[in-house]
Amino acid sequence: MEKESLREAYARALISLGEKDERVVVLDADLSTSTKTAKFGEKFPDRFFNIGISEQNMMGVASGLALSGKIVFASSFAVFASGRAWDQVRQSICYNEVNVKIVATHGGITVGEDGATHQSNEDIALMRILPNMKVIVPADSIETEQVIKKVYEEEGPFYVRLSREKFPVLYKDSDYRFEVGKYDVLKDGSDGVIFAIGREVYESLLAAKELEKEGFSLAVVNSSSVKPLDKELIYKYAKKFGKIIVAEEHQKIGGLGAAISEFLSEEIPVIIKKIGVDNIFGFSGKANDLLRYFKLDSEGIYKTIKSWYKI
Amino acid sequence: MYLSNFTSDAKVEKGAYSEELIEKLKRKARKVRIEIVKSIYKAQSGHPGGSLSATDILVALFFYKMHFHPKDLHWKDRDLFVLSKGHGVPALYGVFSELGIIKEEELSHLRQVGSILQGHPDRLKTPGIEASTGSLGQGLSIALGMALSIRLNKSNRKVYVMMGDGEMQEGQIWEAMLKAGNEKLDNLVGIIDYNGIQLDGMVKKIDDLAPLKDKCKAFKWETVEIDGHNFDEILWALDEADKNKGKPFMIIAHTIKGKGVSFMENNPAFHGKAPNEEQYKQALKELGATE
Repeated sequence: MEKESLREAYARALISLGEKDERVVVLDADLSTSTKTAKFGEKFPDRFFNIGISEQNMMGVASGLALSGKIVFASSFAVFASGRAWDQVRQSICYNEVNVKIVATHGGITVGEDGATHQSNEDIALMRILPNMKVIVPADSIETEQVIKKVYEEEGPFYVRLSREKFPVLYKDSDYRFEVGKYDVLKDGSDGVIFAIGREVYESLLAAKELEKEGFSLAVVNSSSVKPLDKELIYKYAKKFGKIIVAEEHQKIGGLGAAISEFLSEEIPVIIKKIGVDNIFGFSGKANDLLRYFKLDSEGIYKTIKSWYKI
Repeated sequence: MYLSNFTSDAKVEKGAYSEELIEKLKRKARKVRIEIVKSIYKAQSGHPGGSLSATDILVALFFYKMHFHPKDLHWKDRDLFVLSKGHGVPALYGVFSELGIIKEEELSHLRQVGSILQGHPDRLKTPGIEASTGSLGQGLSIALGMALSIRLNKSNRKVYVMMGDGEMQEGQIWEAMLKAGNEKLDNLVGIIDYNGIQLDGMVKKIDDLAPLKDKCKAFKWETVEIDGHNFDEILWALDEADKNKGKPFMIIAHTIKGKGVSFMENNPAFHGKAPNEEQYKQALKELGATE
């Protein structure tokens, strides 16, 4: 399957927004050649600010620019954008309710060789707990471009999580259009459902294909809008199956699975199987090797579901 | 009470500011100080020390220097003010009351449920507040962002930001100091309310800032030191900031924590404590309040 970089898609979307709207400004904290915001900087040097290795200052500057009428995209690696500058995101951005879009790359363990310090498995938890913040995790390059354009259109703070790895393209020649709070059922099923985000969407599709061969029909839902959730769709499947599965490249604590649990536990009795990182730090390794180790590749998902359903 | 030793940079020409103007500012400052004491007494909570030390500078900014319209707060060409030391906000509320931006009656609801006057500045609840602050160290970065936006728009508006001296211990402040200096943002004016006292005691003992002027200069800020309770010197410094080109401008204002109320002056106990009834009456008497 054809693969494409989400970061390159982000840069393309930024440049097209920059061309049509002078209010769009972009900030980075010395990772612009990695996050790809440097491409916007080449095209619009006046509206690109490399703040230096000072993520806290970057989030404050982002707030100030937004308070003065700009639409601000601020980028860094997920671990720094969410963790290093959390209080600044809370106070300067969310409490001020400003038009700042934090687009963080290098989410999850597939950051790979850099190891635990740079792998972000807690960012979704940190960001979704904040009032006024919305959290989006796209599943491929095409969805990424749509998400960037959508968060530009919508008022207020957003956290968008991208990955270092290229992702298989899921939405080529598709008429899918991303909406905040709406999920996309990529494949329906009659025996069970898996809600997935980011890379796990593709891995879940592969697992579903294998399970299909064994007569188990699994619905696969791209759940890119982590906050707000698509409550209607989640409820529908929870009611239908009584048990659901969630897969994410994130800690089980505080991630999408936790968000769905929080919602469903007040609505309907349902058992939720969470596939994610289980309260441990990652380590160095190739992205695919790490996915395999953490049972986040298609085989891991397939085996987890098989044993859970006793297929 | 006297200020700590320092050499003022102010070179105020005789007659530069009329007696009438200075008297008017003094009157406003006295009223604001009374409002600070009253509102914090009523709330039985708040930060009188750092509000009273900041009062004269805020009065000079809002009644002399800044371009804005109290009746059109969103006027697009207005100057901006960010109170990075958010706990000093009772002083700002006092100024807003004097300007008619908020009703004097509101002051008696400070820090109460449902009040538009929060314990720290809230731009969404209080008219006139440009940025919500309170977690120390963040306001300078916000002001820096505002100044960049204004420069992008090729406008000549100015951004003023006031920090506390204790706040200068926050790492984020120095990230912003470094960037503002490198960006040569001459539309950005910082003011440090250097009253020498933080919550736990003397700044000098806890984590000394000296030599503060040298530090600011090393970060490429044009820097002046003044007496933050002498209106001639405050106005001089704010006017100097207008003449300054090619660098951000820092005013280190030496002040007295609790200024105007004898038993609060230089007393760390009144960093974040409300006066009791007896102290309240004494404070109002010293400030010459009629009621």
